[in-house]
Amino acid sequence: MALLEIDDLKLTIDGIPILKGLSLRLDAGQVLGVVGESGSGKSMTALAVIGLTPDEAKVEGAIRFDGQEQLGLAEADRQRLRGRAIGMVFQEPMTALNPVMTIGDQVAETARLAGVGRAEARRLARRALDRVGLPAEVAPPGRYPHELSGGQRQRVAIALAVVLSPRLIIADEPTTALDVTTQAQILALLKQLTAEDGAGLILVSHDLAVVAQMADHVAILKDGAIVEQGETAALFANLTQPYSRTLLADAARVPIRHRQPDLAAAPALEAIGVTRAYPGPRRWLRAGAPVEAVSAVSLAIRPGEIVGLVGESGSGKSTLLRTLLALEAPQAGEVRLGGEAFTGARAQRRRIQVVFQDPHGSFNPRWTVERLVAEPLHLLDAPPTAAERRRKVEAALDQVGLLAEAADRYPHQFSGGQRQRIAIARALIVEPSVIALDEAVSALDVTVRAGVLDLLAQLSDRLGLAYLFVSHDMGVVRGLTDQVLVMKAGVIVEQGPTAAVFAKPRHPYTAQLIAATPDLDRALAARAGRLSGGPAPSR
Amino acid sequence: MSRRPSLGLTLGAAISAVFVLAALGSLLWTPYRVDALDIAQRLRPPSWSHPFGTDHFGRDGLSMILVGARNALAVSLVAVGLGMAVGVPLGLLAAARRGLADELVMRANDVIFAFPALILAILITAVLGPGAINAVIAIGVFNIPVFARLTRGSALSLWTRDYVLAARAAGKGPARISLEHILPGLVSALIVQATLQFSLGIIAEAGLSYVGLGTQPPNPSWGRMLNDAQVLIGTAPLQAVFPGLAIVITVLGLNLLGDGLRDRLDPRLRGGR
Repeated sequence: MALLEIDDLKLTIDGIPILKGLSLRLDAGQVLGVVGESGSGKSMTALAVIGLTPDEAKVEGAIRFDGQEQLGLAEADRQRLRGRAIGMVFQEPMTALNPVMTIGDQVAETARLAGVGRAEARRLARRALDRVGLPAEVAPPGRYPHELSGGQRQRVAIALAVVLSPRLIIADEPTTALDVTTQAQILALLKQLTAEDGAGLILVSHDLAVVAQMADHVAILKDGAIVEQGETAALFANLTQPYSRTLLADAARVPIRHRQPDLAAAPALEAIGVTRAYPGPRRWLRAGAPVEAVSAVSLAIRPGEIVGLVGESGSGKSTLLRTLLALEAPQAGEVRLGGEAFTGARAQRRRIQVVFQDPHGSFNPRWTVERLVAEPLHLLDAPPTAAERRRKVEAALDQVGLLAEAADRYPHQFSGGQRQRIAIARALIVEPSVIALDEAVSALDVTVRAGVLDLLAQLSDRLGLAYLFVSHDMGVVRGLTDQVLVMKAGVIVEQGPTAAVFAKPRHPYTAQLIAATPDLDRALAARAGRLSGGPAPSR
Repeated sequence: MSRRPSLGLTLGAAISAVFVLAALGSLLWTPYRVDALDIAQRLRPPSWSHPFGTDHFGRDGLSMILVGARNALAVSLVAVGLGMAVGVPLGLLAAARRGLADELVMRANDVIFAFPALILAILITAVLGPGAINAVIAIGVFNIPVFARLTRGSALSLWTRDYVLAARAAGKGPARISLEHILPGLVSALIVQATLQFSLGIIAEAGLSYVGLGTQPPNPSWGRMLNDAQVLIGTAPLQAVFPGLAIVITVLGLNLLGDGLRDRLDPRLRGGR
């Protein structure tokens, strides 16, 4: 008997169909991967299984857990299953944990709610924290969530889910908010825990490579329906639907570039021994010892060259970027733009522009696209007339593949990918020679991301633009950039041509980053190797 | 996104509208002249000719309330305006410059906040001399730190937005960013706070007038009317009812309006869309 059977699940909110009849099945000890882009209904499917759909949602169909139909059950009965039989891990560990409760108490609370005695609950919590790799020496149970790192927090969130050894664990994007090396550890932990307990795992993710690496079965969702599903290796080997093929192709898309950067040319942007420090924690009436976020970093970007800057959160990437943009002054060293010292003077700022990660936050929501895109025109010596301004805005929008009408609308009327195109148009309007892209494609869905990457490559070809491409995504950096810089703890630990660095990393940290990055081909090859000797997959 | 306004907001807006109309209307017409004494008609209970009765000089109660509304409106409007005109730029400056400017502005605010507002207002008017204009200054001074603090706090969070960073990358200076990006983002919070400070201003004006430091006779004021009524509480208890009700209802209405606007304008309190 299957552990979980979902049959023709339909979910509507205010009459709008969110899930349009999907059927899934999961056996004990197996991992079911649910992939899809934002809005595909993958999270809603997970919530429907555990019975936490929004109040106004109407759910139809059948969800059988352990042979028992869930949809007709009283809320009290479903509540009894949560935690005890079904555990859930959410995406964002900071908001999924109670900030004013110690981690030991939080884990014990789950057990207490299931009717376990106080002492026994404490013992179970200790065991769960040990199991997720947080023994008392590392993270005493008296710690609060903010005292832990992101990866440790996610471990606590997993401990909450596994404390009562549930038979089904649902993990909704459990590693999306984490760095790659942490992601690899968390994924390994989830796999180990489910194997130990013989539990089933539903892994919801937007990342095909993560799912291919983890799941025995994969279901690809689009617009609330399953496009196709099947045993992982067989499914990826033989995708029949055009949508899933596009998804697979876009995930591994390498933008084509026609123009090679001139390596002999003088650098468009250069940093020489740049150090940026912040005052450390303040003592009583004394400033703390300074903490160097960026120490003695040197780099050079030639015209038309795309340079990747990779590193995990806290490595100093963003600080370096702000220093290069002269938004912060370095304590030592110099930033040179087009051969002269870059001080942030208006005439210089025209030559370097920036695109940020968050397509929602990088626009003033009250401004029209015309006004937003035109903002850098302020850097021109003579402000353009209204007609000229409009013409320039329309030209910039045209370059990023948007219609002129877009100028009259507001940013919230556009999708994430379109907004990122608007951000690029804003950077282009003053015809800079360098654009700094801070995680510019990280928040985008796979297919949208592929489109924006193609656009960036085209613009670089056509306009001879140089990019500083800051990203934590090794796959994208590998596909797009000419040179790559690897940053760790404020220091560039490795730099060189992208192909060479990826083929033969010299610094152990680079090797670690590359190894931890989920890779679809590698995951499928590993799976094929494992399965050829093992028993035939069930189902 | 258009939702029906809440009951509180509707009621608050209606009461506030009546208050403002009464105050403005009193400029054009009142049932009787408030400077006309008619001793023969003194201390009359409410009747058709005098709906709110008459006071100890025989002045018409309704006319006194209407003109009192005008004085209350004028004093608290100017006081709130003064607080915003000084406090908002200070808050913007503190958030934009940080460092020393921030410390100076905020510590000066702390000093003003450290004094009980009404007591110091009494001190100010006692030193400057009683009168409506000095009452405006005394009340306005206490509005400055309220607006400076609100502006600085909200502005600081807006300064961390990517679009502000983008504007800085576009070479815009702190003054221009404050005006173009920060201030428009604060408008709704400021409107809400202004409404609430406005109602506090009315109480403060009534309080100062009550102790004789606000609006001076013969100009009618709700606080002054209460003071006059206090002496007569044994003989004509109804004298205190109408100015008291006017203060309570107006302040209640303004507070309802402020809270309703906050619920509607503050995205943090908006549950979903």
